[in-house]
Amino acid sequence: MADTAQAAPPPVPPQLPPPLPVVTATRAACAVLLLAPFVALLWVNSYARSTPTLIGVPFFYWYQLLWVILSAFLTGGAYLLLRREQARRGRQRREAGR
Amino acid sequence: MTPTVTPIALASGGRIDAVSLTVFLVLFAAVTVLGFLAARWRRPENALHLDEWGLGGRGFGTVVSWFLLGGDLYTAYTFIAVPALIYGVGAAGFYAVPYTIIAWPLVFLFLPRLWSVARSHGYVTLADFARGRYGSRSLALAVALTGILATMPYIALQLVGIQAVLDTMHLGGSSGPAKDLPLLIAFAVLAAYTYSSGLRAPALIAFVKDTLVYLVVIVAVIYIPIRLGGYGSVFHQAATALAKTSPATGKPRGSLLPGSANAQWSYATLALGSAMALFMYPHSATGVLAAKDRNTVRRNLAILPAYSLMLGLLSLLGFMAIAAGVGKGVTGYNAQLAVPQLFAQMFPSWFAGVAFAAIGIGALVPAAIMSIAAANLFTKNIYREFIRPAATDAEQTQAAKIASLLVKLGALGFVLGIGNQFSINLQLLGGIWILQIFPAVVSGLFSRWFHHWALLAGWAVGMVYGTIAAYRVAAAGKPHSHFGGSAANIPVIGRIGYIGVTAFVLNLAVAVVLTLVLRAAKVPAGADETVPADYTDDLTPTPLPEQAVPEPLVS
Repeated sequence: MADTAQAAPPPVPPQLPPPLPVVTATRAACAVLLLAPFVALLWVNSYARSTPTLIGVPFFYWYQLLWVILSAFLTGGAYLLLRREQARRGRQRREAGR
Repeated sequence: MTPTVTPIALASGGRIDAVSLTVFLVLFAAVTVLGFLAARWRRPENALHLDEWGLGGRGFGTVVSWFLLGGDLYTAYTFIAVPALIYGVGAAGFYAVPYTIIAWPLVFLFLPRLWSVARSHGYVTLADFARGRYGSRSLALAVALTGILATMPYIALQLVGIQAVLDTMHLGGSSGPAKDLPLLIAFAVLAAYTYSSGLRAPALIAFVKDTLVYLVVIVAVIYIPIRLGGYGSVFHQAATALAKTSPATGKPRGSLLPGSANAQWSYATLALGSAMALFMYPHSATGVLAAKDRNTVRRNLAILPAYSLMLGLLSLLGFMAIAAGVGKGVTGYNAQLAVPQLFAQMFPSWFAGVAFAAIGIGALVPAAIMSIAAANLFTKNIYREFIRPAATDAEQTQAAKIASLLVKLGALGFVLGIGNQFSINLQLLGGIWILQIFPAVVSGLFSRWFHHWALLAGWAVGMVYGTIAAYRVAAAGKPHSHFGGSAANIPVIGRIGYIGVTAFVLNLAVAVVLTLVLRAAKVPAGADETVPADYTDDLTPTPLPEQAVPEPLVS
C-alpha cells in the first residue's frame, strides 16, 4: 500500500482524503463473491434438467431456489468484508488527516 | 396420482362469496384509514417540502426501508404476472427467480455509491444525478422522461393485478361500463391517500401488506400442494398439460424446462435485463434514497433475498393452478386469474378474503410508491428545471401531487390500451425503456469517461430500437397484433433474447464510439459538480459551500 500521506499539503481542499488503493485483496474477494451468482444462473444450460428431483420438484426449480439462499450468504459476506475494510480505511483517513 | 379435489366451475356463474368479500373489504378499509393516518406519523417540521412528501423526510432506518423496498419491488408482478406466465407457458416464466437473485449483487456494487452522492448533493432522483455529474440538462431530461414513461406500464401491471382479484370475486360486470368500475374505485382510493400522505402512506401500509403477504404465501405453499397430492403430482400434471398442443398456435403450450438454445438465451437475457433495470426505475431509487444511511442500504440488500425466495415459491402457484384444473377448458382464459381463482378454489372463504386483500394491497402500495417517484422526477427535473425555476416548496409539492395523478391516469391508459395476454409484458416493456438510462447512470457512478452527448445519442438509439422491436412482436396466435411480447431475434447472434438487453448493447456501443469521436474532436464535456469523495461518504453531512461550488444550490 503506497500511502504517502503525511500532513496534507495546503492547496488541497480539506475534504479530499489522501489517495487509497482502489484494488485491494478484500475488494477482489468481494468481486468473486458477487460474481458467482451471475455465472451460475446465466449459464442456463448447466441446470436445465429435471433430475435429480427434490420432494418431487425438478432440479431446474429447486436448484435456482437454492441459489437464493447461497446468494444471500455471498452478498452478506461481501457486506461484512467491505464494512471491515471501510472501518480500517476510516481510521487511516482520520490518522492521515491529523 | 389424481388430484384429491374436484375442480369447481368458477368461470361461469358470477356468485359472490359474501364471506371473502367482507374480509377483503374490512382489511382494505383498515389499510385505507391507516394511509390517511400516515400523514401524521413522524410529522415533519416542514410538511410542504418535497423531501417530506416524496422521501418521507429521508429518515427511514433498516426495518422501514426494508419494508419499503420490498413493498415496491415485489408487487402484482410477483402475485399475478409471474405465476400467470408460468401457468401459461411453464419454465420460461421462472426467469423471475434468477432475475431477483442476480439483482442484489449487481446493485450492491453501485447502490451505496448512488446513495452517498445523492446525500452529499441533495439529489432526489437519478436525473438530478445525471445533471450534476454531466452538467447536461438534456441528458437529465432524457433520464427523467424515460423514468416517467417506463413507470406507467409498471403501474398498469398493478392495476391489472387488482382487477384480477376483483374479477375473481365477481365484482363488476363482465362487459359494459360496469366492467371497469371496481378498478376505478381502487384507483381513486389509491390516488386519494397518496395525494395526502406522500411516501409515508405506503411505507406504513407496507408493514401490514407484508405481514398479510407472508401469511398467505406460507399457507399457500404448504397447504395447496398437500391438497393437490404433493409437489411431485403438481409437476407431473403441469408437464402433461403444458405438452398439449395449443389450438391457437399449433405448438405445445409450453414446457417444464427451457430445452432449446433459444429458450435458454431468452431465459438468461430476461433475467439479466430485468436485474439491470430494477434499480433504474424511479421508485426503486426513491426507496433507496429514503434510507437513513449508507449501511442501511447495504444491509437491506443483503437481507432482501428473503423476498426472492417468496417470489420463487409464489411462482410455483402457476403450476399448482394447472394441477388444480383452474381455467381448464375455458377458451381464451385470462391467465392473470389463475392465482386468485386457485385461492378461491382451495381456501376456505374467509382465508381467500385475506389472500385477496394481500394481493390487492400488494398492488396498491407499489402503485403508490411508483407514482410518487415519477412525480418527484417530473417536479424536480422538468417542472423546476424547465417550466418554473423559481417555484416555492409548496408549489413544488403541489405540482408533484398533480403529476402523480397524471401518471396514474397514464397507467390506466396502458391497461385499457395494450392487450394483456400476459400482464408481465407491461413490466418488460417498461424495462426495455428504463434500461436505456443504465449506461448514463451506472457509468457515471464510477467514471466520467463517457461524453454526455454520446450517452444521449446512445439513449436515443436504444429507445427507438427497443420501441420498434417491441411494437413488432405479435402475441402468440395473433399474427397482426403489436406489443405482444418482449423477446425477439438478436441481430448478429441470431437467438431469441430480451429486446431490452439488445437495445442496451446497441446503446452502449453508440455511446462508446461517439465518446471516442467527441473526445478526439475535443468537444467540451459539461461541468461535474461531484468529487470522488462524494461517492464514498458515510456521514450525513449537510452540503455546505466550502469550496468552489459551481452554482448556488437551490433547495
